[in-house]
Amino acid sequence: MTATATAPATGRTPLPLDVEAVRADFPILGRTVRDGKRLVYLDSGATSQKPRQVLDAERWFYENVNAAPHRGAHALAEEATEAYEQARVTIASFIGAQPDEVVFTRNSTEAINLVAYAMSNAVTAKEPEFHRYAVGEGDEVVVTEMEHHANLIPWQQLCERTGATLRWLGLTDDGRLDLSDLDTVVNERTKLVTVTQQSNILGTMPPLAPIIERAHAVGALVMVDGAQSVPHQPVDVAALGADFLVFSGHKMLGPTGVGVLWGRAEVLAALPPFLTGGSMIEVVRMEGSTFAPPPQRFEAGVPMTAQVIGLAAAADYLTALGMDKVQAHEEALTEYALAQLQAIPGVRVIGPVDTVARGGAISFTVEGIHPHDVGQVLDDQGIAVRVGHHCAWPVVRRYGVPATTRATFYVHTGYDDVDALVEGVRHAQRFFGVDGGEEA
Amino acid sequence: MKLQDMYQEIILDHYRNPHGRGLRDPFDAEVHHVNPTCGDEVTLRVKVDGDTLTDVSYEGMGCSISQASVSAMYDLVVGKSVPDALATGEDFMRLMQAKGDTAVADELEDSLEDAVAFAGVSKYPARIKCALMSWMALKDASARAWTPTETAPTEEPA
Repeated sequence: MTATATAPATGRTPLPLDVEAVRADFPILGRTVRDGKRLVYLDSGATSQKPRQVLDAERWFYENVNAAPHRGAHALAEEATEAYEQARVTIASFIGAQPDEVVFTRNSTEAINLVAYAMSNAVTAKEPEFHRYAVGEGDEVVVTEMEHHANLIPWQQLCERTGATLRWLGLTDDGRLDLSDLDTVVNERTKLVTVTQQSNILGTMPPLAPIIERAHAVGALVMVDGAQSVPHQPVDVAALGADFLVFSGHKMLGPTGVGVLWGRAEVLAALPPFLTGGSMIEVVRMEGSTFAPPPQRFEAGVPMTAQVIGLAAAADYLTALGMDKVQAHEEALTEYALAQLQAIPGVRVIGPVDTVARGGAISFTVEGIHPHDVGQVLDDQGIAVRVGHHCAWPVVRRYGVPATTRATFYVHTGYDDVDALVEGVRHAQRFFGVDGGEEA
Repeated sequence: MKLQDMYQEIILDHYRNPHGRGLRDPFDAEVHHVNPTCGDEVTLRVKVDGDTLTDVSYEGMGCSISQASVSAMYDLVVGKSVPDALATGEDFMRLMQAKGDTAVADELEDSLEDAVAFAGVSKYPARIKCALMSWMALKDASARAWTPTETAPTEEPA
């Protein structure tokens, strides 16, 4: 990028969300870091901060209701079960799903592993109805080169366990998914295609419709990794048309320790369990057991009840803001940030350089300064960004950089945060003596 | 200002003009170490004659701290006996665990020379592993290239 290419004339369109009002809901944004600096939190892509409403919901549960749901007949157990299942209704509604299609997991990673292990458990399941999605030699699983490690390694491992073959769709030089060989990569041998809805490192939103159409045409299942999309844009599973959607609570203002696997009812019904134990059973005998229907079949053990209730509060909070507004808010910030960052000599954005089919994760490099050092200088000014390979090592390798600095936005992000980032990058250049385009 | 505590001028000098960089022959062991949380890498070779570390050569990519650390390590350990080099590594480890305690840095100044400038890094837990990566690689490569002999100045357990 050159300095002359982009004059920072991009205006600040009015932000759809009232940033000051939103910030007032987030207690942590009131603290300072590094000797009294205002916290500029641009790392929501790693984990989001929590509004008071979410914290209050968890506290309410523990102070008033706490009991193990789906066990016992006492008053608290009844109320805990009611609260837990009501939270499932709220969270299902947030993605346009039926409640019994929503399985609570620890996070997206566990949700993906649940499906991957179910597909290998299907090979040896004693129940014939669980064989439908078994994976073995001669079968193929398709991922993309832009997946988070969480949506890559479980499939590599599934293939190693079963003898199936892992294939993948590559990337284009401008940070998009390369669909030119879609029809050969996804073929009659394909059992499952899994793809992110929004890349955690590039921000890219791949076109899902043609992928889902092709996968279904050859009889393959489709999983969509919504870890970076469900928190930031409206997602409706009926409109999406996939078979699975996974997302994490902690990236959408909710607590850590809770995530969601959504699966189409008939697909979930045909999957054997992943984790086994209490509350996922139907009848247990010493000689063998039968299992409950979904979603209970996939929720062994006492669940993360308070976290589920906190996540429902987060969904309510986002719904009240309006997911359309959340998306428009981040798009305005992204457009501004892309223009401002690219106006700095030596800054290279890794990923799409415009807001077309793109979310708010902006990865970049600064010539002459390693991303860790960029991040350190930003941190010194109170600006929290992520540095490294962002659990997407193949992506940084694809673009020939060792790592990137990544800024991500959310509902409390304002133009002042972007301005702080841009000034912080310039400060890093001065600090390391690579400003003025004079690269080391 | 804290930032200057970490990015001492001496560290930035090593980063911009690394000492001993490049992989050289002959060598007795080569190791490749990565920092899996951030992708920093170092390939490091050692050449040992008798008990003496006669060369340490390396290629790597990473942040200023990791690259300066390997350069400063090169200055410190080449020409030393392997046990002395490893003892220096232990001192460097102590420095990294000092949480910025200047008394520890003062105590280790004679042993660590330039590398004592990394004392400021010990205040930033996330960066300590950057500074330690090359020392871990040296320990690993030394163990492959050299085994203590009866004459080596190491204490055998009783």
